[in-house]
Amino acid sequence: MKITVEQVEHVAKLARLNVSDAEKEMFAEQLSDILQYAEKLNELDTEGVEPTTHVLPLHSVMREDEVKESLSIEQVLHNAPEDEDGQFLVPAVLD
Amino acid sequence: MSTVQYETVVGLEVHVELHTHTKIFCGCSTAFGAPPNTHTCPVCLGHPGVLPVLNRQAVEYAIKAATALNCKIADVSHFDRKNYFYPDSPKAYQISQAGRPIGEHGWIDIEVDGKTKRIGITRLHLEEDAGKLTHTGAFGSLVDFNRVGTPLIEIVSEPEISSPEEARAYLEKMRAIMQYCEVSDVKMEEGSLRCDANISLRPAGQKEFGIRAELKNMNSFRGVQRGLEYEEIRQAEILDEGGIVIQETRRWDEAKGVTLSMRGKEEAHDYRYFPDPDLVSVEISQEWKERILASIPELPDARKARYSADYSLPAYDAQVITSSKPLADLFEESLKYTNDAKSVSNWMMGDLLGHLNTSGLELTAVPITGQGLGELVGLIEKGTVSNKIAKTVFKEMLQSGKLPQQIVEEQGLVQISDEGAIKAIVVEVVAANPQSVEDYRAGKDKAIGFLVGQVMKQSKGKANPGLVNKLLIELLQG
Repeated sequence: MKITVEQVEHVAKLARLNVSDAEKEMFAEQLSDILQYAEKLNELDTEGVEPTTHVLPLHSVMREDEVKESLSIEQVLHNAPEDEDGQFLVPAVLD
Repeated sequence: MSTVQYETVVGLEVHVELHTHTKIFCGCSTAFGAPPNTHTCPVCLGHPGVLPVLNRQAVEYAIKAATALNCKIADVSHFDRKNYFYPDSPKAYQISQAGRPIGEHGWIDIEVDGKTKRIGITRLHLEEDAGKLTHTGAFGSLVDFNRVGTPLIEIVSEPEISSPEEARAYLEKMRAIMQYCEVSDVKMEEGSLRCDANISLRPAGQKEFGIRAELKNMNSFRGVQRGLEYEEIRQAEILDEGGIVIQETRRWDEAKGVTLSMRGKEEAHDYRYFPDPDLVSVEISQEWKERILASIPELPDARKARYSADYSLPAYDAQVITSSKPLADLFEESLKYTNDAKSVSNWMMGDLLGHLNTSGLELTAVPITGQGLGELVGLIEKGTVSNKIAKTVFKEMLQSGKLPQQIVEEQGLVQISDEGAIKAIVVEVVAANPQSVEDYRAGKDKAIGFLVGQVMKQSKGKANPGLVNKLLIELLQG
């Protein structure tokens, strides 16, 4: 499968990544190679096989609905580049 | 006015907050109103390396809701990541369900204009809520993550709703069912029930759907109805002029009464769903499904049918009373104290709902009890108080929550049913109003109303109106 520069641009935009023109070319080639490698799996007949959502032999791991202590507000905001009145301050978001 | 007849096609997406004690994937409290960010931890803040663990109660509530909506419950359900960037989501993805939701293929019945219509439910899935953004102007936005991770169910309807009125009826029924099942507080004003709508028009008879707009920000049942009504007209005007409706998200502006395009959100959604590797699948055993099915209480439709059958309540009364669980519970509690269901219904539909509407209060905020309401109806039946006095008593009950008997005694409101006492007033009134007496004798039956009124006034509303009427007629005709 061949990945185009346009597809790289689209994916980069979705991931909020700035990619130079040279990088776009490079990633298009590398991503194509990766997909081509994975293409090998398509040779397997998966007729009637349920899609795997998890590789561990576990299911239905759940906890009881019991309140645990939350972090202190100092800890919560410790890594925030900016905060105000106990809240995270982010660049203006307008609807 | 439209020259072409259009058919409206609406599909609704309803989000319901489940009232668990803790969030869906961590032990932080979901209690409302805490200081910002004090109910957060590394899991809900999306710190690297944390492990979400599913809240069993949230799954239980979701299965219960899906069962009540007649959905087929999945044998195996799992969670997916829905990827998008927005500051209200700290992980840059929302844990939701794409491929294997908790429930699918359900339905509810709605009533509009006395007709019942079945609306299909496409799916019901579990997901986590986002945080709350406060816009502080041009400089920045503040983020409170307390709500992040609150368990939500998203309920998607089939595009089978044909009018804004049906949309409202659907939402009201949805709210009632969630309330009866006790999985949520379902307060639209507080955001525990939210609704987005897809709406398109097509020429009547056409099979293909028209191009739809998605409506957001409708914060009340009335807002949903009004927003859809506005959009129906807007789209019809575009189509009438030969234009094309743009597929976009529009925001309902309640104050201006219009829908507005949300620019910048038109970019095609590409959420790149994939199974969340941090969470394993959930197997829902037959035994679990059956246990939940057995726990589903009597739902609004069943109660409505029972009220009509057992108490001969008119369909409209039964519909209104069963639309809210607290209301229906009050009705049933009252009937432990009186057999007169229609009178109880009249008090609820008239004075009680009137009071709630004007005061803007929830029923649960008013101290009225079933015992109080039932006994009040009993007092009227026995003739202890007149209907008019009962209204005064009822007002006091709404304020103080006292029982009617106590209010009647404290305020000396007992109805006068002593013939002698009433006759004395009747004689006095007849003597004082010769003109009315003459009118009545001349055949103007209406004149008696005035005389009755005068007697009631003199007795401060306490005279038994039936007796007043009887004694007056006796005297005038005698």
